[in-house]
Amino acid sequence: MIPHDETMILETPFYSRCLAACEINLWEDWKGYRSAQAYTSVEQEYFAVRSNTGVFDISPMIKYRFIGPDAGAYLNRLLTRDISKIAIDRVAYTVWCDDEGQVMDDGTIFHLGENDYRLCAYARCLDWLMWSAEGFDVTIFDETADIAALAVQGPTSCAVFKNMGFTGIENLKPFGITRYPFEGSEVMISRTGFTGDLGYEIWIEPALAEAFWDQLFAAGKLRGIRAIGSAALDMLRTETGFLQAGVDFVPAEEAIRNGRSRSPFELGLGWLVSFDKPVFNGRKALLKEKKEGSRYAFVYLDVEGNKPAEHAFIYAGNKEVGTVTTAAWCPTAKSNIAFAQVDAKYGKVGQELVAEIYYERELKWTRLMAKCTVVEGAVFNPPRKRQTPAADF
Amino acid sequence: MINLDKNYDVIIVGGGHNGLVCASYLAKDGRSVLVLEANNSIGGASATSEFVDQFSVSSCAHWLIQLNPDIASDMGLNSQGLEMAARDLKTIALAEDADHLTIDGDNLEGGGISDEDRKAYIAFNKQMLKFCKLLAGAFNRRAPKLVEGNLTDRLTLAKLGLGMKMLGKDDMSDLMRLALINIYDVMEENFDNELLKGAISLDSLLGSHMGPRSPNTVYGYLYRRMGDVFGYKGPAVVKGGMGAVGEAMANAARAKGVDIQLGAAVSKINIDVDRATGVTLADGTVVNGALVVSNADPKTTFNKLVGLANIETGVARRVKTMRMKGDAAKLHIALDSLPNFTGLTEQQMGQRLVIAPTMNYIETAFNASKYGEYSKAPAMDISIPSVHDASLAPDGKHVMSVIVQYAPYELAGGWNDEHKEAFKNLVIDRIADFAPDLKDKIVAAQLLTPVDIEERFHIHGGHWHHGEISLDQILMMRPFPGASQYGTAVDGLYLCGAGNHPGGGVMGLAGHNAAKEIINRGKSA
Ligand SMILES: Cc1cc2nc3c(=O)[nH]c(=O)nc-3n(C[C@H](O)[C@H](O)[C@H](O)COP(=O)(O)OP(=O)(O)OC[C@H]3O[C@@H](n4cnc5c(N)ncnc54)[C@H](O)[C@@H]3O)c2cc1C
Repeated sequence: MIPHDETMILETPFYSRCLAACEINLWEDWKGYRSAQAYTSVEQEYFAVRSNTGVFDISPMIKYRFIGPDAGAYLNRLLTRDISKIAIDRVAYTVWCDDEGQVMDDGTIFHLGENDYRLCAYARCLDWLMWSAEGFDVTIFDETADIAALAVQGPTSCAVFKNMGFTGIENLKPFGITRYPFEGSEVMISRTGFTGDLGYEIWIEPALAEAFWDQLFAAGKLRGIRAIGSAALDMLRTETGFLQAGVDFVPAEEAIRNGRSRSPFELGLGWLVSFDKPVFNGRKALLKEKKEGSRYAFVYLDVEGNKPAEHAFIYAGNKEVGTVTTAAWCPTAKSNIAFAQVDAKYGKVGQELVAEIYYERELKWTRLMAKCTVVEGAVFNPPRKRQTPAADF
Repeated sequence: MINLDKNYDVIIVGGGHNGLVCASYLAKDGRSVLVLEANNSIGGASATSEFVDQFSVSSCAHWLIQLNPDIASDMGLNSQGLEMAARDLKTIALAEDADHLTIDGDNLEGGGISDEDRKAYIAFNKQMLKFCKLLAGAFNRRAPKLVEGNLTDRLTLAKLGLGMKMLGKDDMSDLMRLALINIYDVMEENFDNELLKGAISLDSLLGSHMGPRSPNTVYGYLYRRMGDVFGYKGPAVVKGGMGAVGEAMANAARAKGVDIQLGAAVSKINIDVDRATGVTLADGTVVNGALVVSNADPKTTFNKLVGLANIETGVARRVKTMRMKGDAAKLHIALDSLPNFTGLTEQQMGQRLVIAPTMNYIETAFNASKYGEYSKAPAMDISIPSVHDASLAPDGKHVMSVIVQYAPYELAGGWNDEHKEAFKNLVIDRIADFAPDLKDKIVAAQLLTPVDIEERFHIHGGHWHHGEISLDQILMMRPFPGASQYGTAVDGLYLCGAGNHPGGGVMGLAGHNAAKEIINRGKSA
């Protein structure tokens, strides 16, 4: 259990190492944990991931465990994806909805073993998980504090692991899970991440966290390894087109105002919804939406110029049709990308829209009407992300 | 019988009175209907059973107080064998000092009643009846939806609203005020006589987990008095016991072509992803039907028959949080001869007798149940039907039927034999306080706790109304939002029992409204 009564802000199992690495002392609160926003400079950290290896402490991520004969059936009812298609030692990205088909959260589901799963989530939702457990033989618990986890991302990440002695890691396929002995125990490695690059996430017992960090950084020294914070990660995920709960959509349980939540279809995540499986939360509403049409469309915009279209209104001609939820200049893709939600009729790829951007230079605000084009998807999508065996950079 | 060659349009799970009413109306509309009843007798909690050799009694509900007359006449229940052994009975509030109060329509006698109370009672009745009439307008139709009401729903709401306006300013503000306070305060405002206040309070909470000071009791009282709008001037005793209501309804249903199978417990409502396709019986038989209508209570329907795993979490949560823990027990006594209630004639012993001498007496009785204990001095509603109907017991002998409040469904330590025996004796002792020779006349006695009622009648929690009647569980909130118009989240699955609007009691409106809703939605519903 998390000892919230003893401390105002918690430390992750890697905290001592994060603290030592964090030259600029830029911290933030991530789900109750002290978490680095940046260690040195955001750009350096960003480029570490695109050129070498960046290490992000994901221990604060909410992790739930599901064990029992009905664990699979339970998750199939909870999540929109068809869980029966996710084999043991595989991971899948998914969303979950309330009965109205509104997205409560997104996350990754790990099939750890027979009748054994882990769900990584943005928000705590144990009450919803427990309510959902009525009628199922499944044990559910929050194991956030029981597992230390790191995202090890970037082209050289595979080579770094090989240096650590994880032979054969190059053969791990995207979304696969494997395990290696570590210090008399075990480390679980999944080929997953939030950067759109070649990369892994490691899962280990907290007591071995520091030892792992030390060996990882020793092995990665010559491969340009460095710790990265959330600011760099935000650029990385934007470039590769990953949505962020709480930024690109309001989790349904948190939305207070009517109509502020979104369905998977409205977030461009219709591909995560499987109607070819037993009843799941939101099924009825989503079927109806599919038939009758959505209210909104989620679009990726390639914005003219280099001014990030943060919080910009989007126009089609003179008509305001939406707003930007995420925007950034993406250094590797060399494009000015924005995620926007627009009225459903405006989402077609290739469509030209206009972003109303306000930016400030030395107290002078400028309004810019920047042309933008709806693009297919992530602007950053290198082959090395999928390539198996993973290349040795 | 089940005819597996028939492609049933509708399968009704449960042959309670509401299931039978629903079946009849649907059959009248031209649908082929099968009723599957787990028990070997029809009528559900409107039942008669022989509890000791040659002694029979209404084994759950014992008064007919609010059977809707339109339904009774549509079904032709009189020609199907339904007869009253007595009707328009008085209620006699028993007093410790034997100066009992008799309530007979607007008239009050005995019990030291004052002229002021007499007058106040007439005015009170008048106002209550007005409110009941208003509510009755919303009772024989589906409740409007909580959101996105369509025209029909808006008309119902408008009718309620208009009805409230028509009450006049004083009555309207009274209704709005009364609905939210409790019967205790209303009684204190109106009357002085303790027996009167106790008897009215008892009517406001019978079958519920509430005391006189609990909110919702005023609504509970209006609900109970709905019988007045339906033409009852007091409780009626059905000839042959309440089971005869079920029998007559079954006859009416069969006459319209309904197939009825007794002893057929449904173990599962079959669902193809999100559409009901039929049922599986305990013996494994699968019966397909275009629609499945459940007369079982909402919790039984979803927990046991549908399975919470087969519906979405939001609905499962609502099912789970529905309040329906029964707090009323039934005591049946076989008597060698009529006991002597101090101060009552034989004719008076055939009336409705209540033990609720003061409101505080009831409240104290209720207190125990809040903490999982049974009342040490319970409140009671007593019927000796054999005074009117000799067929229930051998010559010269009698049966007594008692509704006992409070006997919590979740008794601390559970309803084991020891607790049951102790409670049974305590109840008998308490009645004997008013009928000193009672114990000499007892041939046998049977206590049914809410747990027994649950087992026998398959009603979760043994609850009178299949779910508490309270402002959060009535109208568009009954049984819970999202299932308030008899349809459910599962396509092709409907509910028709007491757990639905308007609620329980042998009234028939839930079954009637469900049938109407199904008919309105058309064949493809
Ligand atoms: C102690 C007590 C005293 C009461 N006294 C009175 C009274 O005096 N007057 C009055 O009007 N009301 C009284 N009531 C209330 C009244 O009895 C009920 O509200 C009413 O009978 C409910 O009718 P129903 O048809 O909706 O449901 P029920 O009568 O409960 O019928 C449901 C039927 O479904 C069947 N069923 C359930 N599950 C299955 C299954 N899986 N397969 C097949 N069949 C199934 C059950 O066996 C039952 O027959 C009393 C209730 C209680 C508990």
